[in-house]
Amino acid sequence: MIRPLLIGTARFLVGGHGLWVGCEPSERQRIYFANHSSHLDTLLLWAALPPHLRDMTHPVAAADYWGKGTVRRHIAMDVLNAVLIDRSGTRTSDPLQPLHDVLASGESLIIFPEGTRAFEKLPGPFKSGLYHLAERHPEAELVPVFLDNLRRALPKGSLLPVPISCVARFGAPIRLDAGEEKAAFLERARDAVVALA
Amino acid sequence: MIENINLDPRMIFLFGGVGAILLVASVIGFALSRTVKSDAGRDTVRNLNARIKAWWGMVAVFAIAFAFGKAVTLVLFAFTSFYCLREFISLTPTRPSDHRAIAAAFYLFIPLQYWLIWVSWLTMLTILIPVYAFLLLPVLAVLRGETEDFLLRTAKIQWGLMLTVFCISHAPALLILNIPNYTNVYLLFFLVTVVQLSDVMQYVFGKLFGRHKIAPNVSPSKTIEGFVGGGLAATGIGAALFWITPFSPLEAAGMALVIVLAGFLGGLVLSAVKRSLGAKDWGTMIEGHGGALDRMDSVTFAAPLFFHLVNYFYTV
Repeated sequence: MIRPLLIGTARFLVGGHGLWVGCEPSERQRIYFANHSSHLDTLLLWAALPPHLRDMTHPVAAADYWGKGTVRRHIAMDVLNAVLIDRSGTRTSDPLQPLHDVLASGESLIIFPEGTRAFEKLPGPFKSGLYHLAERHPEAELVPVFLDNLRRALPKGSLLPVPISCVARFGAPIRLDAGEEKAAFLERARDAVVALA
Repeated sequence: MIENINLDPRMIFLFGGVGAILLVASVIGFALSRTVKSDAGRDTVRNLNARIKAWWGMVAVFAIAFAFGKAVTLVLFAFTSFYCLREFISLTPTRPSDHRAIAAAFYLFIPLQYWLIWVSWLTMLTILIPVYAFLLLPVLAVLRGETEDFLLRTAKIQWGLMLTVFCISHAPALLILNIPNYTNVYLLFFLVTVVQLSDVMQYVFGKLFGRHKIAPNVSPSKTIEGFVGGGLAATGIGAALFWITPFSPLEAAGMALVIVLAGFLGGLVLSAVKRSLGAKDWGTMIEGHGGALDRMDSVTFAAPLFFHLVNYFYTV
């Protein structure tokens, strides 16, 4: 009930269709990584996937935003199938553990490697999470995604989305090369997203 | 609800006629798609078939609007304005600090403008956007404190609102004009039919006989032959439709001519706006969405002009 309503509203306001430029939709295990500029990003990227892939794809969401309040938590957990992670820095265990668990079960992830929303069109430097996931799960395809125009539809600091056509562009998958340095890999991953802008 | 459906025999006849024309056009389009082999020809046929498809949709929408009356017509035009404004703003590089002004344009001024038509508040509907949106939108933007390109950004949002909401709303506003012993919905039919036929006739005449381009930099497909041939044909059809209007045959021809000229100029101006924003079609920049404004560009200029002429000469 809430799922079609949420997707319908998003389509009406901002469109947000998926454009498969570098690969086709597939049931293979994937880690979609995208630029992050708006609270709509999670919903839009997930909704841009074909319906049968949405059930097996889990957006990674920050517990300090999506875990707060019953409504937000319900949308994150029950509607979007999100995995919440703690980005507070006060944790004792590995914050990526919930993500490793999802990947170990064979399902896919959506992550925003910048860790926070950017003000600019192009993404900022990537945090190391993507590298650690790629290292531990070499079988998962790493698919770069550029979310276009979302920062205009719902910029950081605004509460009300405005109708501006947005699109999710899916690029060609990349892989972590054998022995590749962390910094070099993260730079290459970021370039793959930027190339779709 | 059912007893309110407008099943006037004249209306059924008119829509039957339009449907028959479109059916013929669809058959021709299909036949052409099977026979034309050259690349350029195929592009033309694809464009033609896309237009025919859009007109089917438009006719269906209008049939529903006419059958169910003013409220449904206003809602449909409000959504048309919404989609056109969304296209316009999507192509216009705005900044995060324009967010409140854009939100007001969509969520305040679209409903307000169509509500004013619903309550027949004629004076206010002609000044709401040119005066009050004009004053309010820059205020909302200036409170964010960003001065870079301020005039440019403000002007773009105001232009978008004027074209897609103010101008387009003058088409359904024809419904509230007080013309004795007349059913206004036929005026809307007259306007939309002449505008759309003028577009298609100019396109067809241009393809058949076009030699001399009118404005090669702005709109390369517009030719003198297409404009004159298509314009005259649409004017003639407008004159032939005099019996559904409050006009005499000659007056109907005059009105149709005004609509044709305004529509042509509107198409030209919007084409220039589009190109200055770096796009060829309103719909293609953001893939997966149709170009609503590509079909409405002539209406934006023709509707206010037609509205004022009718209001000045034919209302009490």
